[in-house]
Amino acid sequence: MELEAAQALGQYAGAGLAAIGSGLAAIGVGNVAGNFLAGALRNPSAAGGQTATLFIGIAFAEALGIFAFLVSLLLMFAV
Amino acid sequence: MAEDAHAEGGLTFHPMDQFMIKPLFGEYGDPVHWYTVTNLTLWMALAVLCVLGLFVFATRGRAVVPGRGQSVAELAYGFVYKMVEDVTGKDAIRYFPYIFTLFLFILFANFLALIPTSFSTTSHIGVTAVLGFGVFFAVTILGFVKNGASFLGLFWVTSAPLVLRPILALIEVISYFVRPVSHSIRLAGNIMAGHAVLKVFAGFAAITAIAPVSVLAIVAIYGLEVLVAGIQAYVFTILTCVYLRDALHPSH
Repeated sequence: MELEAAQALGQYAGAGLAAIGSGLAAIGVGNVAGNFLAGALRNPSAAGGQTATLFIGIAFAEALGIFAFLVSLLLMFAV
Repeated sequence: MAEDAHAEGGLTFHPMDQFMIKPLFGEYGDPVHWYTVTNLTLWMALAVLCVLGLFVFATRGRAVVPGRGQSVAELAYGFVYKMVEDVTGKDAIRYFPYIFTLFLFILFANFLALIPTSFSTTSHIGVTAVLGFGVFFAVTILGFVKNGASFLGLFWVTSAPLVLRPILALIEVISYFVRPVSHSIRLAGNIMAGHAVLKVFAGFAAITAIAPVSVLAIVAIYGLEVLVAGIQAYVFTILTCVYLRDALHPSH
């Protein structure tokens, strides 16, 4: 195979593979939110004070998905 | 990059075209110097003007019974004030103006970016990196000024067994230096991804068969983006508060 074609193929395949990371981050964010809801329904009076923790957790989980998205963007447009 | 995609892709415009920085009086590709006024400059200035409008002109009356503008300003002030107090502690209130400024700028930049045909400033890593690294340097310097060398105790987890401490210290140091990167990329990535998705669906609207579905999807995603704009400003601010707490009270 020619080198350019192989590079293009690798670029697109890599970008697609990196996009899997975004889906995995979605699982992580769902996990955080779901567990928060499960805990909040057991003890609703304590839930209000924990929303900040919830958002911090979501932000950390989401950041890694954004990294994966960034990798796929870099592969598509910057490499 | 965009030209290639035009040739290959079926879309009538490229979803990443909206993020191109171009001089305000000129075409894309004209030289951009540090003094060149670009569309990025314009929309950042507009965000600052909006903050000024809300917090200087709308609250000018200082009425006991607040009007509409003053109510919004007081709500935002109270919201961030309580956040700083809860997350960082009472002694961090003196840093509240910096945190509040960050929050307002990001919030208004995010919301202005949602106006159709506007330019999303916070989708550029160059913009958010300045904010993120600003927080990083401010917090690090503050930590050393306030605590001296004992600030390094942040990396030395005394509650862990002695054997594990060097390994934990390495992990803590790495995670500390990744902070500004993730802090800035989180904001830029979220906004960029959201706006790119909007434009992708806008491109689908050109195909007659799926145009109604695509328009409905744009409405739904736009609603989501309004939510994301607020949440990302909130997340950026609350992480700043968390980093500041680490700097003021480095012991675990």
